[in-house]
Amino acid sequence: MSKVTLTIDGLQIPAKEGMTVLEAAQASGLYIPNLCNHPDLKPAGLCRVCVVKMDDWKIAISCKLPVKDGMVISTEDPEVQQIRKSTVELLVANHPMTCLTCEADGDCELQRVAHYVGITQENLNRYRRSVRSIPIDRSNPFFDFDHNKCILCGICVRTCDELQNINAIDYAQRGVDSIISTLANKPIAESRCESCGECVIRCPVAALAPKGAQEPMREVKSICSYCGVGCGVMLGVRGQKVVSVEGDRDNPVNKGSLCVKGRFGYRFINHPERLKTPLIKKNGTLEEASWDEALDLIAEKFSNSKGDKFAALASARITNEDNYLIQKFTRAVMGTNNIDHCARL
Amino acid sequence: MMNFTEIQEQARQEWDSLQSGSVPVIAVGTATCGRSAGALGVVQAFEEEMSEKGVEAHIVEVGCIGPCYAEPLVNITKPGRATVAYKNVTKKMVTEIVDNYLKGDDPLPHYTLGSFGEGTVENIPRILDTPSFKPQERRVFRNCGVIDPTNINHYIANEGYNGLSKALTMTQSEVVEEMKKSGLRGRGGGGFPAGRKWEAGLNAEGDQKYVVCNADEGDPGAFMDRAVIEGDPHSVLEGMIIAGYAIGADTGYIYVRAEYPLAIRRLERAIEQAHEKGFLGNNILGTDFSFDINIFPGAGAFVCGESTALTLSIEGKRGMPRVAPRPRTTEQGLYDKPTLLNNVKTFSSAPMIITRGAEWFASIGTEKSTGTAIFALTGKVNNCGLIEVPMGITLREIIYDIGGGVADGGRFKAVQTGGPSGGCLPESLLDTPIDYDSLDEAGSIMGSGGMVVMDEKTCMVDVARYFLDFTEIESCGQCVPCRLGTKQLLDILKDICAGKGKKGDIDLLIELSQSVHGGSVCGLGQTAANPVLTTIRYFRDEFEAHINDKCCPAKVCKPLISFRILEDKCAGCTLCAKSCPVNAISGEKKEVHVIDQGLCVQCGVCMEKCPKKFSAVECLSPKLPVAPKETTEVVA
Repeated sequence: MSKVTLTIDGLQIPAKEGMTVLEAAQASGLYIPNLCNHPDLKPAGLCRVCVVKMDDWKIAISCKLPVKDGMVISTEDPEVQQIRKSTVELLVANHPMTCLTCEADGDCELQRVAHYVGITQENLNRYRRSVRSIPIDRSNPFFDFDHNKCILCGICVRTCDELQNINAIDYAQRGVDSIISTLANKPIAESRCESCGECVIRCPVAALAPKGAQEPMREVKSICSYCGVGCGVMLGVRGQKVVSVEGDRDNPVNKGSLCVKGRFGYRFINHPERLKTPLIKKNGTLEEASWDEALDLIAEKFSNSKGDKFAALASARITNEDNYLIQKFTRAVMGTNNIDHCARL
Repeated sequence: MMNFTEIQEQARQEWDSLQSGSVPVIAVGTATCGRSAGALGVVQAFEEEMSEKGVEAHIVEVGCIGPCYAEPLVNITKPGRATVAYKNVTKKMVTEIVDNYLKGDDPLPHYTLGSFGEGTVENIPRILDTPSFKPQERRVFRNCGVIDPTNINHYIANEGYNGLSKALTMTQSEVVEEMKKSGLRGRGGGGFPAGRKWEAGLNAEGDQKYVVCNADEGDPGAFMDRAVIEGDPHSVLEGMIIAGYAIGADTGYIYVRAEYPLAIRRLERAIEQAHEKGFLGNNILGTDFSFDINIFPGAGAFVCGESTALTLSIEGKRGMPRVAPRPRTTEQGLYDKPTLLNNVKTFSSAPMIITRGAEWFASIGTEKSTGTAIFALTGKVNNCGLIEVPMGITLREIIYDIGGGVADGGRFKAVQTGGPSGGCLPESLLDTPIDYDSLDEAGSIMGSGGMVVMDEKTCMVDVARYFLDFTEIESCGQCVPCRLGTKQLLDILKDICAGKGKKGDIDLLIELSQSVHGGSVCGLGQTAANPVLTTIRYFRDEFEAHINDKCCPAKVCKPLISFRILEDKCAGCTLCAKSCPVNAISGEKKEVHVIDQGLCVQCGVCMEKCPKKFSAVECLSPKLPVAPKETTEVVA
C-alpha cells in the first residue's frame, strides 16, 4: 500500500492508502472523538461525533473518509465544533446521570467525548431531558442489557454480525423508539445469543455490562483451561481471587476473542467445592490423597489391565499434543487400539 | 405479433370511434381522490339513470382530473360539441344532467366548471381561459383525466409507446443525450439532472443493471405520483422501459406505497397489457432488447423514499439510508448492482422527451429548471388540487390565480413548499419563481411538491411543531443528530406552544437545527429542521410572543388562549352554555353569561355557536387569569 501524507489541524501525518482519516489520526496518536467506531469492526458512521472538515469546505465523517495524499483536515473548524457539541449534548441529555454507580464509570466513551467536547451544566440545562425507562433485561446469567443507557452506536450489532456471525441482535423500531433488539424483542436469554460477551466488552457505555464485575488490582497472563484451542486470557486478580477474565489481544490464537466459558466461566476457580487434590476411595468413601499416591495407584491398576480389556477416552479440553500422547500411550504401553475422543459424539 | 404501426392503427381506431362516435362520452374521474368524494356512486347513478330512461352514452372511468375542490368531476362530450365539465356531482344532479343535457339540450350551466375542447357550448365559459387554468400546462398529466387508464389502447392512441418505439431505433447514447439535452431534473425533489444520472447508469460497468421507480410518495399532502400512476400508468412503464434500454438493464422495480392499493392494481393491469402488446418481456417490439417490471409494495416507512434505504428495502433488509461516503446508486444500488432510480414523474416525462424532442421539452420553464412542476395545492386556498405549471411561475400566480386566493377571504400569511422537509415562506417572498434553485435560496425546497397555504389564523410555531412531529416519528433512528435532534426540537416546540418556552430557546432551536442539518446521514435529517429555521427566520416575532409574553398571536395554541363573553353583546340566548362540553358557562336566560376560566378547555365551541348578530364571544391571548377557587371551610 502506498504511503500518503495528510494534514490534520496543521500537523503532517503519515498514512497508508486504504486507511480512514480516523485510523490515520489514531495511528499517529491523535484523538478524534468517536463513539460508534471500533478497530475490530467496519466503520458505521452513525454517531457523527468524529465529524471533521475536509479541505476547508466539506463536512465529513472521519471514520468513513478514506485518506488521500495532500488532504487537509480540520477537527476544530467552528462548524465541526458545533455539530460535535450538539450531538454529544443530545446524547447526554438523553442519558441517565448515574455515572458514579455505573459499571462503565471511568472507562466510558460517552464520558470521554463529553469531557473532550466540554459539556457544562449550564449548557445542558437548556435541553429538555428525556431518559428512557425500559426494564433492564437481566435474563442472561452473565450480563445485563440496559436499554436506557444504550446510545445505539450499533457496535454490539456489528460485533455479533461481523465477528461472531450469530446475528442475535439488530436494530428494531424507528426514530427515538429505536432499540437494539433480539428477534421479536424476546429476552436475550431466549434469543440465539451464545453469551460470548464480545458485544459486552465492546459496549462503549454500560448498556451491556457483565453481572457482578469487580475491578481487578492486578492482571495475570494465562491460557484458558477449557479446551484445546488455548486462548490467551488476562485474569483479573484481587487479593487471591480471580474477579474477571479478558481475552489477550496479543495472543495469536484468539486475538482477544473468547467464548462464553472462557469469558464468564471463571467462578469455579474460587469455588469452595472445587477439587484441589486427587481423591481415592478408601472403605467406600473418597479421601484426599497426594498426587504421588494417586499416580502410583493408577500405574498399578493400569499394569494389570493391559490389552483389549483397556480403553482410553481422551478429552477435547486437552491439547493436540496431549491427545497424541494418550493414543501413543494406549497403543504402545497398554497394547490396544481402544482409543476414542469425547468430541466424536 | 403485430408490429408497432399495426398496434397504433388498431388503438387509434378504438379511440376515434369513442371520441367521434354518435353517442355522448361521460368521463368520470375515479382515481382515489374522486372515489373518496363519491365518484363510484356517480358512475352507478349514471348507469341506472341511463338504462331507466333509455339514454345511450359511453361511460369512461378516467384518472384524476386535477381540481380536488370540484370532485366528483364529470366531463360530458356530446358529438360535435365542446366537453362540459360538471363539478361536485351528486346522484341528484346526475338525474338532472341526464334529463336536461343528455336527453335535452340544456347543459345546466350552474353545475359546471366550464367547457374545453373543440366547439363551444352556450353560456359556459372556456375553462382554459379562466385564471385558474390558463397558467397551467398539462404535460406529465397529459393523459390523466382524459384516457381510461385500464385501457392500453387509449394510451397508445395518445402518443403512447411512441417514445419507446422511437428510442429502440436510437443508440443507447443517443437516448441518454436527448435526456441530457432536455434539462429534465429529477422530479422526486432533489432535482439532480436526470440525463446525467442516465449517463452514469449507461457508463456503469456490470452485467446486471436495474431500473427502479420511486413511487414511495410519503410527504403528508403530496399525492401527485399516485395521480399519475392511477391516471396514466403506462407513461411510467414506458419511461422505465426506455430507461432500461438506455442504460442496458433488463429488470425494473416499482417501489410503490402499499397504502396505494388502486395504484398497485392499475400498475399490475398495465404491466399485463404491456406484456400482451410486446412492450415488456423478451425481444421488445422485435428487437434484441428484453425488459420486465416487478412491483414492490413498500412497508410504510417514509425514509424508504430515500434511494439507498429504498433499495435495501427491496432486498428485504431494514430500510436505513447508507452512510456517505458511499458509491452512487448508479454504481452500486439494488443488490449492489448499478441501478437507475428515478421518481414516477421523471419516468413519465421520458416518453414525451423522446417523442417530441428535448427542445420541445425545454421550451418551457427556466434555463436551469426546464419543463413543468406539479404541486399539490392545499391549505387555506379556494381552489385546492393538483396543478401542473411551467417552472419559473411565481408563488403569487399559483396562490392567487390558480388557487383563487386565500379561502374565506382570509389574509395570506405563509406558504409551505416541499412537504415536511420544506420551509414556510412569507408574503414578501410571494414573487419567488418556482424552480429548484430559487426555492433553495429562500430556505425551502421543491421537494415532492406539497404546497400548503396558510392564513393569519395559522400559528407558525404550531406549524413547525406539526412538521417536526412527522419527521421525528419517521426518522430511521440510526444517526444521533436526526434521532435525538428532531426529538429535542419537537420537545422545545411543544413547550413553546404550551407556554413553557424558556429564554434562549430560539437560539437553541437555531443551533440544533444547524447541527441536525450538517450532521445527519441522509436527506431526511438534513432537511428536517427546515420548517423550524424558516419559521424563525420569517416569523421570529411569533416565537418571541409565545416565549416572552405567553401569547399566541394567531390564537391557536390552547394553553395560551382564553375565551370570554362580552357583557355588552351577550343577549343571554344560552346557546353557548348548552353546547359547552364541560359545562363551563353559566348564566340565566336573557342574562349575560360567564365562562369559568378554571373549567374551560378552550375548545372554541361557544365562539362557533354564538350567533353572528351577537358575536359576543371573543378569543384572547395571553390567557386570562384563573380566579382562585373559593374555599369553604368545613366545620365539623
